[in-house]
Amino acid sequence: MIEMLHVRMKRLLRRVLTRPRIDLPLAGALLLLAVAGLCTLYSAAAGDGGPTSGQVVGQALRFVLGFVLMLLISRIPPSVLRNWTPWLYAGSTLLLVVVSVLGEGRGADRWLNLGVMRFQPSELAKLTMPMMVAWYLHPRQLPPRWKDIAMVGVLIAIPAYLIGKQPDLGTALLVAAAGSFALFLSGMAWWRIGLLLVGAAGMAPIAWHFMHGYQRGRILTMLNPESDPLGNGWHIIQSQIAVGSGGAFGKGWMHSSQAQLDFLPEHTTDFIFAVFSEEFGLVGVCLMMVLYAFIIGRCLWIAMEARETYSRLLAGAIGMSLFVYVFVNGGMVSGMLPVVGVPMPMVSYGGTSAVTLLVGFGMLMSIHAHRKRHD
Amino acid sequence: MKLRRAIKDSRSELELFRRRALAGFALIVLALIGLVVRYATLQVSRYDEFAARSENNRVKPIAIPPARGLIFDRNGVLLADNVPAFRLEVVPEQVTDMKALLEQLGQVIPLSQDDLDAFHKLLKQSHRFESVPLKMRLTEDEIDRFAVNRWRFPGVDVVPYQNRRYPLGELFAHVIGYVARIDADDLDRLDPGSYKGTTHVGRIGVERSYEDMLHGTPGYELVEVNADGRTQRVLQTHPAIAGKNIYLSIDARIQKAAEQALAGQVGSAVAIDPRNGQVLAMVSVPSFDPNLFVDGISHIDYGTLNTAPDKPLLNRALRGVYPPGSTVKPFLALGGLELGLRTPSDSVLSTGTFCVPGTTFCRRDDRRGGFGTVNLRMAIMWSVNTYFYKLALDMGIDRYDDWMSRFGFGQPTGIDLNGESSGILPSREWKAKRYKTSWFPGETIIAGIGQGYWTVTPMQMAHALSILAGHGVPYAPRLVMATQTDVDAPKQPLPNPPSGPSVINNPADWQAVVDGMQMVVNDPRGTGYGLGKGFPYTIAGKSGTAEIYSRHTDAYNENTSLAYLASRHRAWFEMFAPAEEPRIAVVVSLENGAWGASSAGPIARKILDAWLATQSDAPPDTPLQPGSLSSPDVVSGAPAPPNAPASSASTPGAATDASQDTPQDEPANTSSQENPP
Repeated sequence: MIEMLHVRMKRLLRRVLTRPRIDLPLAGALLLLAVAGLCTLYSAAAGDGGPTSGQVVGQALRFVLGFVLMLLISRIPPSVLRNWTPWLYAGSTLLLVVVSVLGEGRGADRWLNLGVMRFQPSELAKLTMPMMVAWYLHPRQLPPRWKDIAMVGVLIAIPAYLIGKQPDLGTALLVAAAGSFALFLSGMAWWRIGLLLVGAAGMAPIAWHFMHGYQRGRILTMLNPESDPLGNGWHIIQSQIAVGSGGAFGKGWMHSSQAQLDFLPEHTTDFIFAVFSEEFGLVGVCLMMVLYAFIIGRCLWIAMEARETYSRLLAGAIGMSLFVYVFVNGGMVSGMLPVVGVPMPMVSYGGTSAVTLLVGFGMLMSIHAHRKRHD
Repeated sequence: MKLRRAIKDSRSELELFRRRALAGFALIVLALIGLVVRYATLQVSRYDEFAARSENNRVKPIAIPPARGLIFDRNGVLLADNVPAFRLEVVPEQVTDMKALLEQLGQVIPLSQDDLDAFHKLLKQSHRFESVPLKMRLTEDEIDRFAVNRWRFPGVDVVPYQNRRYPLGELFAHVIGYVARIDADDLDRLDPGSYKGTTHVGRIGVERSYEDMLHGTPGYELVEVNADGRTQRVLQTHPAIAGKNIYLSIDARIQKAAEQALAGQVGSAVAIDPRNGQVLAMVSVPSFDPNLFVDGISHIDYGTLNTAPDKPLLNRALRGVYPPGSTVKPFLALGGLELGLRTPSDSVLSTGTFCVPGTTFCRRDDRRGGFGTVNLRMAIMWSVNTYFYKLALDMGIDRYDDWMSRFGFGQPTGIDLNGESSGILPSREWKAKRYKTSWFPGETIIAGIGQGYWTVTPMQMAHALSILAGHGVPYAPRLVMATQTDVDAPKQPLPNPPSGPSVINNPADWQAVVDGMQMVVNDPRGTGYGLGKGFPYTIAGKSGTAEIYSRHTDAYNENTSLAYLASRHRAWFEMFAPAEEPRIAVVVSLENGAWGASSAGPIARKILDAWLATQSDAPPDTPLQPGSLSSPDVVSGAPAPPNAPASSASTPGAATDASQDTPQDEPANTSSQENPP
């Protein structure tokens, strides 16, 4: 038994280390995005004084780590990923339970201290969630019926609840969206989707009841930013001023007055897209959206080429969840959506989110590499 | 599985997926276009508006911290005040070389290592444009010297603020607690919005538990800044809403008297009005000066306080846990009556020794040869162990446990302060959990005299006593009586309804127990005889002397040196008055008292005297300071002279106390582990 495992691990390691097969258009687009992100960060961090390069170098190192992991993971065949899926899902859910019992962090108990580094299990859930839904639906008859939909609903609800309770509404949203996209792509009938959405809308008042005071506050603040000039309202107003004053063509790189004068809070993390919009204007925003749309489209293309249901659903769900990041963060920065902690992918500074994203793209690369039948 | 796979139609599934992926992509592109439209609205349609706002974006909101609510005693004596002071602040973004600046600044205004450590800690947590306090409470001299040198230090300023001050210092340290500089841990739990511009937060005591009321709501002013971020002028001001003033139920006069009566001791006293749960006095000695903590206590001062052998920082009233000893006997007696196990006239023969039937597990009475045949009242008066051993055994630990928990033993009292201890009310479950062994009948009889595993806090004891004194109606103890939005505004009382129905069913039962407690103080044979002398109301009470160390023999202790006994005993006295309709219940606990009645009793009486002096309806002929009882030598020193109060009152009955060769109370075995039946 151990012998066999040993041999298998060896074979896997060999496969991982030989020439990686990557999808060049996707990798190129990601590289372009990473460079754009670093440039924006360089400008946004300049307003903070001190060693600007520190943040940029730190972020660049994260990207390097992310790309290396992406290449390594691209060598793991989707069939292996599929076999691991239930364990990975169970493991990440267990970690979420552990965090909720003994986690630590500023206000929100999201982090698990591993001694040397702090680790956010909810990041892991962003990947294991679509994997698990894909794994569950893979052998089932599609389109799914109510029984399977209900089962998937439970699979989504457990981690999403644990993360939302931390409380980290933004990540809970991302995780739930990733799982839901897999369900959507599996061909769930439109009328069932409609029915669920109507039901969800009916639940909104109940959700309001269970929200934290500060979460309600954020929604109220979004509706009327002037009511909270010392807190989130200030964020929203300043962010809108930054975006709007960028105009069609922007003020130019390194010329974001809002960030330089320190009017814009969180201008290297959650609100960095406001700096981007101020410096590069509507033209920059459009180009950025085209780049994101291209990446999402390429992911869906890879998904359509994939060999079996698991790979298809996983690739599609990962690609589509990128959209949620962009839409929620872009909406928040422009004052269209409430302030939720969702970063702009590959642009916002810090955290493990860039690494998680690139690991996800590594899976896509693997699915791409195994698109043809070659048993 | 096989069947399913057979049914699965790969081709149609792929087709379905493709349609879905395309639909999904179309929706995503639509949504992204929607997002771009939103940006176009801001960046093109509303460009002029936002460009102008950005150009004129010279307006920053600056928080105005609210004034902290004041704290008064029940009669309006000021206990926590805000005094104007000045502090030194630094705006980091205006400083080019922080290290050099601090070095040069240190030559003008002395900066301690504590100041610098705190400053660097705050520096890391603040935005670069926010000013960070460097040194609190500057002296006049320091302000003058800085004014002369100000041109050398751009980005450094002297800023006025309100500093907390506790005029009565040590007297209320354990009640009010103190505020301290906001630190990293506080930042985690506080709402950053409502603490903008605030430097201090309630750390312990009432300052902590009523933080939300005391703090208030910050206001802000919109100021215009120039390109360097310096304030040019104020455009708008939204004033802060000051925190609420708080009125304690404590009477500073009773508090003072209790502190004086306890001077030189290690212990605590709590007085509660049994009619509503209001705490009238809460003292823990030794105490400390809370003003030291306001500006950040120095390492040296803190080290001294923290390592002092008599632990001045420990709030003994709330967190000191001691075996209750004989003070629980009236509660047990009441339980015997209420549960129908005894009538007041049922009597028991005390021979000096009591053995658990059928075993060799025996415990002694305090008097050699016993007290003879005693009924309930006499058993309380003399503190006859045999009576209570037998009653506890008849009741059984389960009923015992249930009865005592009705008086709040073994659980938090629910007082409006954080951090109270629960003590331990032993039970079968508790012992099984703690020691993984079953309960022995011998432990029941030891529990019957308040020893063994049993521990209580003085606050719990006072809470239980006030439930008893208040005819069984439980009220959670309350320190804060009323709030007020402004010094001229009317006070708004904080209601404190009873926390449950009365625990006593039969008023006659209550009367019998209170009769016994009255005899403790007023009958010449009582253990506390003399303590009621010269008081216009009838006092009821009960002494308690608990042993700290376990005994290994059954022998009577022949060493009568009070200093020796003080090192081995915890002394208690519980007292309430008027016995008919109690209005105050007092508990005194001494960590180093020789005997409950002689060491703790007179202190409790002095607290009653102080209370009496505050009662406007007190009879005119009230002797406020009965000389016979408050001979200062009794309470001033820890090793009290052997002729405790009763003797100094030169009453024949007092002899029962001092002349006994054994404690009037129970020297029982606290370990309770030897020869269980």
